[in-house]
Amino acid sequence: MPYLGSEDVVKELKKALCNPHIQADRLRYRNVIQRVIRMPGVQEYIQQPILNGLRDKASYVRRVAVLGCAKMHNLHGDSEVDGALVNELYSLLRDQDPIVVVNCLRSLEEILRQEGGVVINKPIAHHLLNRMPKLDQWGQAEVLNFLLRYEPRSEEELFDILNLLDSFLKSSSPGVVMGATKLFLILAKKFPHVQTDVLVQVKGPLLAACSSESRELCFAALCHVRQILHSLPGHFSSHYKKFFCSYSEPHYIKLQKVEVLCELVNDENVQQVLEELRGYCTDVSADFAQAAIFAIGGIARTYTDQCVQILTELLGLRQEHITTVVVQTFRDLVWLCPQCTEAVCQALPGCEENIQDSEGKQALIWLLGVHGERIPNAPYVLEDFVENVKSETFPAVTMELLTALLRLFLSRPAECQDTLGRLLHYCIEEEKNMAVRDRGLFYYRLLLAGIDEVKRILCSPKSDPSLGLLEDQAERPVNSWASDFNTLVPVYGKARWATISKYQGAEHRGPELPDTASFATSGPLIPEENKERVQELPDSGALVLVPNCQLTAEYFEKTWFSLKVAHQQVFPWRGAVHPDTLQMALQVVNIQTIAMSRAGAHPWKAYLSAQDDTGCLFLTELLLESENSEMQISVKQNEPRTETLNSFISVLETVFGTIGDIKS
Amino acid sequence: MISQFFILSSKGDPLIYKDFRGDSGGRDVAELFYRKLTGLPGDESPVVMHHDDRHFIHIRHSGLYLVATTSENISPFSLLELLSRLATLLGDYCGSLGEGTISRNVALVYELLDEVLDYGYVQTTSTEMLRNFIQTEAVVSKPFSLFDLSSVGLFGAETQQSKVAPSSAASRPVLSSRSDQSQKNEVFLDVVERLSVLIASNGSLLKVDVQGEIRLKSFLPSGSEMRIGLTEEFCVGKSELRGYGPGIRVDEVSFHSSVLLEEFESHRILRLQPPQGELTVMRYQLSDDLPSPLPFRLFPSVQWDRGSGRLQVYLKLRCDLPPKSLSQELSGPEQKAELGDGALHWDLPRVQGGSQLSGLFQMDVPGLPGPSGQGPSTMAPPLGLGPASLSFELPRHTCSGLQVRFLRLAFRPCGNANPHKWVRHLSHSDAYVIRI
Repeated sequence: MPYLGSEDVVKELKKALCNPHIQADRLRYRNVIQRVIRMPGVQEYIQQPILNGLRDKASYVRRVAVLGCAKMHNLHGDSEVDGALVNELYSLLRDQDPIVVVNCLRSLEEILRQEGGVVINKPIAHHLLNRMPKLDQWGQAEVLNFLLRYEPRSEEELFDILNLLDSFLKSSSPGVVMGATKLFLILAKKFPHVQTDVLVQVKGPLLAACSSESRELCFAALCHVRQILHSLPGHFSSHYKKFFCSYSEPHYIKLQKVEVLCELVNDENVQQVLEELRGYCTDVSADFAQAAIFAIGGIARTYTDQCVQILTELLGLRQEHITTVVVQTFRDLVWLCPQCTEAVCQALPGCEENIQDSEGKQALIWLLGVHGERIPNAPYVLEDFVENVKSETFPAVTMELLTALLRLFLSRPAECQDTLGRLLHYCIEEEKNMAVRDRGLFYYRLLLAGIDEVKRILCSPKSDPSLGLLEDQAERPVNSWASDFNTLVPVYGKARWATISKYQGAEHRGPELPDTASFATSGPLIPEENKERVQELPDSGALVLVPNCQLTAEYFEKTWFSLKVAHQQVFPWRGAVHPDTLQMALQVVNIQTIAMSRAGAHPWKAYLSAQDDTGCLFLTELLLESENSEMQISVKQNEPRTETLNSFISVLETVFGTIGDIKS
Repeated sequence: MISQFFILSSKGDPLIYKDFRGDSGGRDVAELFYRKLTGLPGDESPVVMHHDDRHFIHIRHSGLYLVATTSENISPFSLLELLSRLATLLGDYCGSLGEGTISRNVALVYELLDEVLDYGYVQTTSTEMLRNFIQTEAVVSKPFSLFDLSSVGLFGAETQQSKVAPSSAASRPVLSSRSDQSQKNEVFLDVVERLSVLIASNGSLLKVDVQGEIRLKSFLPSGSEMRIGLTEEFCVGKSELRGYGPGIRVDEVSFHSSVLLEEFESHRILRLQPPQGELTVMRYQLSDDLPSPLPFRLFPSVQWDRGSGRLQVYLKLRCDLPPKSLSQELSGPEQKAELGDGALHWDLPRVQGGSQLSGLFQMDVPGLPGPSGQGPSTMAPPLGLGPASLSFELPRHTCSGLQVRFLRLAFRPCGNANPHKWVRHLSHSDAYVIRI
């Protein structure tokens, strides 16, 4: 029991380590090195045996000794790297035994961690590639991961490597297949057709993993399928049946499958997929049923009619958990696809009896308020809600009710006047929740200001199809996630990973990386060479743009529609736009990007906003038509001031000029 | 790189705990893991979880949780594969994997872990290499009788049958005592297929998916060569055609890396020198295009009286297998029907090939929702009446038609009798769903 670190044991061990008999018996010697090494107090005794072990004739001793070097280094903590040892380990990469080779890589990686890990140069890379067939699956997966940091010098070399790797895409071990896929994607980052080919090749193994008996493997594979679908929406469309859920699967797999189905839908399979999803909507598990309904809502953005019909049928079930989700789906759908408003309005009557939860009630009340003029009994449904307002437990519902009733009052005043009066009276006189009371007072004063004023404030657009289009542009290039492939990122999901790594970043950030840490907190990162130019800008036009002016997309949109174009100009532009570069450059001069088309889209569009120190907003639209070689710019301003407008235009001009310079 | 590895029982008791790097936490991470697992919201997956900067990745195997923690962003595929390989390995060494066997063999498990992983890095998982370093012998609870052959079940496959007829011959440690004279040379070769089928309400076939595996468990000395002959008409992919007639076709095949395929192209023979223990020789998939008819057809019809809330379900089950074959369905001792968990269960002990069974079920379901705007009595089933699903097991039958022609051993034991060879075929249902 070498882990019990008592004095006697240490003494015994020291004796044992010096004992020539033990050193002569390889197996015992190996076991001693392997197990003793993490004990403090024996370091000076263990060092020599380990170094001897590196040159031992038996491979099983060398394996242990090589990892022993890493253990020893980590035990010493911050001791400096022993150059001779590192050289010895590098030379052991040529060892006959495959496990020794892989252990060398691992050991070097740990010892050289401060310097960025083991260096893979051309001879090492090719040596490893040639040894690959000799390794077992774990070694292969690990070496593939190390090879990621090698960058081939020429195109020819690159394709040689890819040829060597080809056989590993057909390995029976999913770990090796995914490792090889990732290496392919990273190496071929400049050859999109190669990347697509690889993703086609890996389809088979991925689908096999998706229907594997191991639930956990199946889940990891599904997450990666979703990742691929983000870039290649049609990639798995013909295999949609593989993603049908089976009743015995656990919940988390079903949810992933529903998401996948939602994303791979196309003209050919939409009928079958919807049929399948409809079956899930009546599942015994309420959570799963609701997820399926939301999925149908997602598909409805493209295939509106069929989906709305299914959703309407579901309302007929009169089940609480179904009705509430259907109504929420309707609310989101009406906002994105105004063409289905009529159908939704016809389906709504009667729903109020089956909704009990806050979210569902809010959605229903919102729909009744905004589209009340098309629903005959809307005022009476709202009246029922007002009757029961005293027992309402959710303040959000009451707030929603206030807004909805006021909106409906504008279109159907005669039927609503009395109810609205009662509700306002209740909110102002009896309500205890301050937010609700304030909202009531606000509307009351608004009504005092006159009906035109109310209309101007409350009658905002009832739908926004462009929001859906903006969301669709999230289709990302393969390179944006290639480095995350075959890691935990897709398994957690990008959003959750961001919170995890932020947490981890805070943990790890410390003495070793003081520079970047202070950079990250001190606002936008300004590249050195651009700094001068940026600082000149404010002086030139007495315009100071405020950093961190965060506008929401909705607010931007509202303001954009309410303003007139103040300035329009055309800049010369060559070639395609690199959104990332542009966004970075704009951030440097404190211009925020609200939305942007993906690279290569035609026409290419972007929406920008900025605010100066006086609070004046600049809203900008960039438009690049495919056939033109000009960037058209329209700027809107919420306070008409020409001098700041001119300097704002010149800021934009500088940014475009700089990007043009970089490109040419 | 793995920081810690532990095994928890299904109730969350830590059975095995091993810290490889000494860099994180203490034993209480096992408890922490179980707390996180049980407190997880329904829509999140338990496969990977994190606490501070530590990720927990686990698999469930035979009721146990095998958990690895790591602080690196490593490949989930490799790690999950490693965990399942560990599960197989522990099963090989301890006889079978379970709470009892693990706690009886704690020393052996620790010894194995020591050899498989060093400083959190995988060294080797091959039985061949490991046996040089493993000294401890497995403790088994009761002596095995190899004459109890009537109940030879399948190893590995978690099927209904294995619950009724626990296999004892196959579940013994690979490295049983070296001096044990009773050790027989045995080889088990199983062809197991999982069937998932979806049939539309009008009887048309929407989806057929067959996942097949050829599994081998060998108790022979390592390095003895064997040859497995598959059906000659076996072809891979859509284009290839062999022999006359439709042949036996699968979409995709993958082989274990130790399989030599020189004779596969010409004679469909797999040659391999398996290590002792369990091994998946071949995996294959087949979808949509099944050569033989489906084993079962179910014809449901539903009548519903909206007024009284009386629901009549008439189920007709036809078994389309050849009459001589028996198929086992839902291993209850006798036929029975019961309501529970919002579902109607109909258990049949056995179904004769070519036979037909029907059952009429009447239920009073007041207040069941239905399509509105129709008359009080209607033939249409109420909305929300879920699909019918079958679960069954078919011994001696493969849906793809793939058979093992022969299993030949080049190995000649010195003095002992010829090795026993067991070749078994089995299909079982993964999801066999008929929409109503």
